[in-house]
Amino acid sequence: MGEKRTVELDLATPGWDASGQPARVPLGVAEAAGEIGAVEGGIGSEHLLLNLGPQHPATHGVLRLVVELDGEVVVRVIPHIGYLHSGFEKLGEYRFYNQIIPLTDRTDYLAPMANNVCLAMGAEKLMGIELTERCKVLRVIACEMSRIISHLVWLGTTAVDLGAFTPFLWTFQERERIYDLQEAWTGARLTTSLTRVGGLMADIPDGFEAGLRASCKRLPQVLDEAERMLTNNAIWCARTQGIGILSAEDAINFSMSGPMLRASGVDYDVRKDRPYLDYETYDFDVPIGENGDVYDRYLVRLEEMRQSVRIIEQALDRLPDGPINVDDPRVILPPKTAAMNDMESMIFHFKQVMEGVRAPVGEAYFAIENGKGELGTYFVSDGTAKPVRWRIRPPSFINLSALPKMAEGHLIADLIAINASVDIVLGEIDR
Amino acid sequence: MRREFGDKIGRALESCGDTIVYVDAGRARAVLAWLKETPDQEYNYLTDITAVEYRDAELPMEVVYLLFSLRRKVQLCVKIALPKDGDLEVDSVVPLWQGANWLEREVFDMFGITFRDHPDLRRILMWETYSEGHPLRKDFPLRGRLSRSEQVRRALHANPEAHYSMEELSIAESFNDLPEDMRQRLAQGERDRIPELGGAPGDG
Repeated sequence: MGEKRTVELDLATPGWDASGQPARVPLGVAEAAGEIGAVEGGIGSEHLLLNLGPQHPATHGVLRLVVELDGEVVVRVIPHIGYLHSGFEKLGEYRFYNQIIPLTDRTDYLAPMANNVCLAMGAEKLMGIELTERCKVLRVIACEMSRIISHLVWLGTTAVDLGAFTPFLWTFQERERIYDLQEAWTGARLTTSLTRVGGLMADIPDGFEAGLRASCKRLPQVLDEAERMLTNNAIWCARTQGIGILSAEDAINFSMSGPMLRASGVDYDVRKDRPYLDYETYDFDVPIGENGDVYDRYLVRLEEMRQSVRIIEQALDRLPDGPINVDDPRVILPPKTAAMNDMESMIFHFKQVMEGVRAPVGEAYFAIENGKGELGTYFVSDGTAKPVRWRIRPPSFINLSALPKMAEGHLIADLIAINASVDIVLGEIDR
Repeated sequence: MRREFGDKIGRALESCGDTIVYVDAGRARAVLAWLKETPDQEYNYLTDITAVEYRDAELPMEVVYLLFSLRRKVQLCVKIALPKDGDLEVDSVVPLWQGANWLEREVFDMFGITFRDHPDLRRILMWETYSEGHPLRKDFPLRGRLSRSEQVRRALHANPEAHYSMEELSIAESFNDLPEDMRQRLAQGERDRIPELGGAPGDG
């Protein structure tokens, strides 16, 4: 029998309290307690390099983040993008203006109708086309529907990222109902290609109005339910409040836009500040946050959906009769029967299909407020039917560029929350 | 503006309701800083940075800054013309707006315009070792410089172990403990060691 040995265990406790229980150490001072255990060379002096993505559910697409970690604390984030780069802007230089519209479906694929509208409005600004009243109202409806589905996806996926699965099912169910309407209108759920330069591809079908009104009634209830799950939920608050704070100055300095900018307290909404499509005649509020953290972004987006419902209801109330397309055979294709029956219409049809619509020499920047932020279209024309340069001002690309600023110093788990709060869509970031 | 900077300001014009001002490349940053900070200008929000190359090869390339004043609600487009035979170089505006960081990287990636004093001027949408040029230039063919088969061949020879840039690898201190050959392979980048054509089909 050998000699009895005493094994000393480092319990990470500095001792025992009066009642004989191990004294608790606050987490922050664990290092001081470590001296007792005195591991040779110290523990955790190395920084860890962690690769997140490009195939990772919490990166919302093919975003890749290389993260330098000190323990659980994020020291540095290096985002890598470009995995979905498809050269849309280059392709656009080889196409007629109307042929670019299908490309815009695929940039921000969570809100395709707003993208279609933005592109058509850019080309119309360049060509100096005045839209019909009915077309303007229908485009407002399309933009607001897009904002709602975009925010619903955001709410659902962010809740999943932070561990709440149920709101995801509710929001996606509601989104699917709006997709049904979108499909009835355009024939497709995602690749809508709704607009044409000077008008729309199609008028709304029968029953669309009633369906949208029913949706507008149901949506606030769904939002109430989701809010009951999240807004006062202790876990949700702990995971989002005070996380990823961006001050108003920083938000402007980083060229943020949309809910990201407004959550930081900057009152800038393209619909109010540079109105288009007669947005100045609609009665709606722009929610502004105070703290610029993840929680405020959540509140701002929730309120934006409610305001979108208000706008849609007003738009449906005022929806005028009349044509959806401008009366200009150089821009809009003549009706098929006319093209088959009279000479002049056929010539216009032929010229448009073969030569495209010519834009005057010049350039135009046009911005709309979509769900992610300020979405811009910048066209430069040299007088031919194809643009010299087509540029998308990608809101989530610019919003994502502030991710390192927001995430550094937080825990790795908070990085997921912050990244989710940016509301990125990689189709638009990589273009 | 002309009072402040004299002949450094080129022509000003209006297109579709947008005001465009041409600025001398050397003074661009000073002009933009003045526009940002002067109280009655206050163009404090940088909307976008991009570049334009015209189909007419005689025309210079242009760097385009879209500014917006959040208080006055006015937009201004500032342009720098860069003759193609000169240096394609302008001053970076990252010291003025942090948001310019990625936008300038994209312009560099797509047009090959260099931004002086940019903190981190790397390619952003294309991968770092991409060597075919700058895709949005007019002399770049729509389908890329390489044939489809060559692109596939290079993709098949990509080094799947090279996931990190050298900068990132230097973070991981254990990188230096790796065996020499592994370190070299990692450091070599994605598409460097592509064997020359000439072997029998199906090689490699």
